[in-house]
Amino acid sequence: MLFEQLLFFVAGLGAIAGAVGVVTLRNPFFSVLALVAHLISLSVLFLLLTAAFLAAAQVVVYAGAVMVLYVFVVAYVGGSDEEMRHESTGWLGILGPLFALLLLIELTIAVVGSGLSVLDTRGADVGAAFGAPGQIGELLLTKFLLPFEIASFLLLVAAVGAVMLARKRRGLEEPADTISVADLVRSDAGTQKEAVRG
Amino acid sequence: MDISWFVVLSAFIFCIGAAGVLTRRSPLVILLCIELMLNAGNLALIAFSRMAGNGEGQIFALIVMVVAACEVVIGLGIIVAMYRRRLPIDVDSMSELRG
Repeated sequence: MLFEQLLFFVAGLGAIAGAVGVVTLRNPFFSVLALVAHLISLSVLFLLLTAAFLAAAQVVVYAGAVMVLYVFVVAYVGGSDEEMRHESTGWLGILGPLFALLLLIELTIAVVGSGLSVLDTRGADVGAAFGAPGQIGELLLTKFLLPFEIASFLLLVAAVGAVMLARKRRGLEEPADTISVADLVRSDAGTQKEAVRG
Repeated sequence: MDISWFVVLSAFIFCIGAAGVLTRRSPLVILLCIELMLNAGNLALIAFSRMAGNGEGQIFALIVMVVAACEVVIGLGIIVAMYRRRLPIDVDSMSELRG
């Protein structure tokens, strides 16, 4: 089908362009935006593979929730005007992409040379319900019940851990002086300065 | 489209992410590149799920999404803690775990 191929190439080029943007853009904020574009292209690819539920989850959970978290942290930590001065240079800047290129060649040889004839087909014949929420839910609650429960517990542990990591530590910083309104409006105090001192 | 196209595309994205992890210094961008690699893995899992014709690869991809979300939350928590303590946001100067 011509339309399917066209969609694959458009979405694939979008995904690769987004990935390159994440790696090359200097400002982390733009990197996050490039990752959002990448994730949306990837969800189109998931739809081509008839994984409708995962495509929706990708857009809602990843491009929606997780990326908002990233944007908040980038805004909190601040952009990176200062990051450019010590971005990698020298041998590491050459060796890193070289290793990645070697990995790509190796992976492509492994995929193309695997001799797995089913890779050159469009996959098994599947019905319209393949990848729909009904099928995913049924599998999650029957065959994969244990991983499902472990994943929920893992999310709980991660949430508690994030709160522990990012909370303000008492003892490291001086606790702020507490000034109540009663100190300021007390009539027997002389000046306002004395009132603040208590 | 043949399944092999999707698998090769996922190899491409994985290698771009790996190059980013190897070359960038900011932990924020490194986390983003790890996301790229996890998503490339997801694409391969879903392609193989389509190839085999059962939904088990999709469940696997869903679990990978959950683990990636946990990883992001912990990583960003560490970055916020680094920022709070006025440490430089640079992976080279953060070489030990001791607070």
